[in-house]
Amino acid sequence: MAPAALADRQNAEAQEPLEFTDSNLIYFSSVSENTKRFVEKLEMDAARIPVYATEPQLISTAPYVLLIPTYGGEQGKRSIMPQIMKFLRHDVNRANLRGVIGAGNTNFGEYYCIAAKRIAEKCNVPVLYTFEIMGTSEDVLNVKEGLETFWTPASQNRQQR
Amino acid sequence: MTEKIQLTNKVEAINWNRIQDDKDVEVWNRLVNNFWLPEKVPLSNDIQSWATLTEDEKLLTMRVFTGLTLLDTLQGTVGAVSLIPDALTPHEEAVYTNIAFMESVHAKSYSSIFSTLASTKEIDEAFRWSTENVNLQKKAQIIESYYHGEDPLKRKIASTLLESFLFYSGFYLPMHWSSHAKLTNTADLIRLIIRDEAVHGYYIGYKFQKGLEGASEERKQELKDYTFELMYELYENEVQYTHDLYDPVGLSEDVKKFLHYNANKALMNLGYEAMFPSTVTDVSPAILAALSPNADENHDFFSGSGSSYVIGKAVNTEDEDWDF
Repeated sequence: MAPAALADRQNAEAQEPLEFTDSNLIYFSSVSENTKRFVEKLEMDAARIPVYATEPQLISTAPYVLLIPTYGGEQGKRSIMPQIMKFLRHDVNRANLRGVIGAGNTNFGEYYCIAAKRIAEKCNVPVLYTFEIMGTSEDVLNVKEGLETFWTPASQNRQQR
Repeated sequence: MTEKIQLTNKVEAINWNRIQDDKDVEVWNRLVNNFWLPEKVPLSNDIQSWATLTEDEKLLTMRVFTGLTLLDTLQGTVGAVSLIPDALTPHEEAVYTNIAFMESVHAKSYSSIFSTLASTKEIDEAFRWSTENVNLQKKAQIIESYYHGEDPLKRKIASTLLESFLFYSGFYLPMHWSSHAKLTNTADLIRLIIRDEAVHGYYIGYKFQKGLEGASEERKQELKDYTFELMYELYENEVQYTHDLYDPVGLSEDVKKFLHYNANKALMNLGYEAMFPSTVTDVSPAILAALSPNADENHDFFSGSGSSYVIGKAVNTEDEDWDF
């Protein structure tokens, strides 16, 4: 890329509108909104990664857990939605990531929740929980209680050790 | 079969460069990339394994697969096609044509299994059974009556319940054989079908929910009540069907758990809450493992089961765009 074009691109990126969040839970949900429904049932403060490129980029300012769906993925390829990739390309969003929760469908066999597993591996954090489609009431309870414990100082210290 | 099939009233040239709903493109690509044919699965490797089954087990397997053939035929020739006239976008119509074709591939793939493993006489007998079994015929008739009905959203409900619930009394058996290291190539083929049905159920369920947007509260309630009534009706019939088939081999109770588990997923695909509590959806781990042959254990860090803290090592990260 020519230096001028590169400078243009960096400028454009620098000027991209940003939105900051200190939520401990950040999620992605496509227009089918299955994951959003699950998050609403948690009744917790949560921030949504923008679906459309025209929306401001989300920047995390505090430790958080990422909750994301996997959309099938043929042989696991392209299983991570581009919006999630874009979000994780910001260094600070990777630095604040503490764990991943996956939504998926066991019909996809070995690729069940593959997006969550890949992100966890890449960012060296645990997969905390997986559930199917929009989750059962039991899943909601498990994640709600699990996250509450996860964010206690004792639990956080244990992980830093 | 004298009534006329309803067709789309007006056709315009489909423009894939002007998209109203990104889901249409996403699902189209997903389906195209998932495309497969039964010929790519080496079914003949199962011939020896087939010979180890008892006569009862062979009979059960033949019947289960003819039952599945009937449902796939129904979905391919009537179900998916009946959704086309109500499509919200031209791209949605195109997706349904893909779904319809894939259902025909599924239906045909059972014949590939039959011709590999069984004699013509056994095959003919199984097909005759499928026309005579009351519960099998009933489930096809219930669904078909809604496909011929007037309400486009009810057609989507019936279609999603077929894709995401009704197949599973049948899918159970190849997963069961696979967990006993029997008919493993057949199980590979069935897993491809199971994967396809997930995309179909997700998409039709999503379009159902799109159709609900803007509907009155009264109408929403009507469709919700209708969904649960139809689910109960189909469920009762599935239980009968399950006992018919699986009582002789003693598997009925575990199959029913698998039904509950998938009924919940079918409801969730339509945007409704799961109906069966986890006490009756605890499918045997061997079946779940057969569904995901190479997957590591289910992740639940919260429950404190120590080994789940493992960070997914078995996963290869070859996503080309996965570079920071």
